[in-house]
Amino acid sequence: MSEPFPSDSVGLVEPKKSAFSEPISLISGRSLPEYELVYETYGELNAEKSNALLICHALSGDHHAAGYYENEKKPGWWESCIGPGKPFDTNKFHIVSVNNIGSCKGSTGPNTINPETGNFYGPDFPIVTVKDWVKTQHALMQSLGIEKWAAVIGGSLGGMQAMQWTIDYPDQVGHALVIASASKLSAQNIGFNEVARQAILSDPDFHGGHFYSHDTIPRRGLMLARMLGHITYLSDDAMRAKFGRELREGQLNYDFNVEFQVESYLRYQGQSFVNRFDANSYLLMTKALDYFDPASEYNNDLVAALKHATAKFLVISFTSDWRFSPERSKEIVKALIDAKRQVSYGEVEATGGHDAFLMPIEYYMQLLSSYMDQINEEVQG
Amino acid sequence: MQRPDLSNIKQWIKPESRVLDLGCGDGTLLCMLRDELGVTGYGLEIEPENIIQCLRKGINVIQRDLDAGLSDFDEQSFDYVIMTQTLQAVHFPDLLFKEMLRVGREGIVTFPNFGYWLNRLQLGFGGKMPVSKSLPAQWYDTRNIHLCTVKDFENLCHAHDIAILERVVVDRNHRGNISFLPNLLGEIAIFRCQTGDEK
Repeated sequence: MSEPFPSDSVGLVEPKKSAFSEPISLISGRSLPEYELVYETYGELNAEKSNALLICHALSGDHHAAGYYENEKKPGWWESCIGPGKPFDTNKFHIVSVNNIGSCKGSTGPNTINPETGNFYGPDFPIVTVKDWVKTQHALMQSLGIEKWAAVIGGSLGGMQAMQWTIDYPDQVGHALVIASASKLSAQNIGFNEVARQAILSDPDFHGGHFYSHDTIPRRGLMLARMLGHITYLSDDAMRAKFGRELREGQLNYDFNVEFQVESYLRYQGQSFVNRFDANSYLLMTKALDYFDPASEYNNDLVAALKHATAKFLVISFTSDWRFSPERSKEIVKALIDAKRQVSYGEVEATGGHDAFLMPIEYYMQLLSSYMDQINEEVQG
Repeated sequence: MQRPDLSNIKQWIKPESRVLDLGCGDGTLLCMLRDELGVTGYGLEIEPENIIQCLRKGINVIQRDLDAGLSDFDEQSFDYVIMTQTLQAVHFPDLLFKEMLRVGREGIVTFPNFGYWLNRLQLGFGGKMPVSKSLPAQWYDTRNIHLCTVKDFENLCHAHDIAILERVVVDRNHRGNISFLPNLLGEIAIFRCQTGDEK
């Protein structure tokens, strides 16, 4: 069956699933008796198994990073970067994109069945951290017979996983691409996450996380959480350019219905998110963001933490990103320089805010491509 | 194009040393030092096209504006801090030069000598801002906002108690070292320096 996919797309893809029956103990002190990971792969693994890349997803992302599912028009979330001839070139690299535990997109999480009770995990799903995720990704790596990632790559929360990889499994990561990320969240950033969580927790339909058995979802809370998040992912300029003060009906009605276009847009974003994301997962993902602080294991010394890394780093930030600002990326770069690690840093002029890391901005694509070309040369030997 | 100042610099760099190159351009110098001397380090650069060229060479490059200073680099954290043909293009050359010597055990600076006789001829007799192979831009589109002569630079060093460890003055075809009337006959100056209290 021939599909009219763009020639620079990996085309039709299908998720895969691996089950891990060994119990995993988590940073929180709790454990999971077993777990499953869903993932996708694009491009061929070479005979030496030296061309594998790991893609780590962000807050609301998943394993579907590229290509198309049967009967779906929308490609994966990083279609701009993954495919033949693109920066993460599937003609050269074997790419693994995995969904993290605690998420709601197929890997073990609040919306999957707890084998010990036969019911959904729901709010009983343990808190998971970036370090826990990296541990599960390592288990997947072993099951796939890959001994070393040519690179671990991620934006935002995904970049945190890439960083954690270089510290926890230094010999198994050649390069880390840390994009629009931070070595820990600022108080302001944690503050946004807390408002999002409170929106969910205070929704009467949340039922302490047991909303599945009440046959409902905390629609209003999750929607508010996403609306807030969405504002912080865009820049002031981007919102001004997109909506300005444009009115929906061309006039003010002096009531609390949608009047400005931006209100309509945010409500739409919030509502559509409710249908594709789980409230318990949203709570867990934001917590993983808040807890991330690799320096905390090393006397709050990021330099000491990164001295464990042997990978080479490419750090990228975007000028209008205020949720994960260039300053946060520069902190990572400074720590890497002080730790005498190899690092390059690019700051991309962009109006798109935090979401810019998903966009095909020319200079950004060039940074990625030129860096990946070097990795490809290393892989080819 | 082979830049005449680069091979001079190479002679001064100890193998396996750690280098910071301010305004590293397309990474030519760092690439040469890495391949021939096993040097490690970073380039600082602001132009996106140059950053891409550095990445293609596998050179560590940090995108940043030199006018923002070097305050987040630790003292004496590099063996050498190098700045080729960039001193005259920054906003505070004296401060940046002192910063170089704080961050690096030694500083190496190259710049076009504005006192070169052809420059003097163009300005003194022609009445025009000099344009030459080492100063190719017109006055209105030049990046060079703080041009100086060999003598000016030496005066700066003396005023700030900076020791000049070595000086080479060459013409643009890399002929040198010009020891006779260097401020008149030299087109490009290359200095290796150290803060006075390090001696």
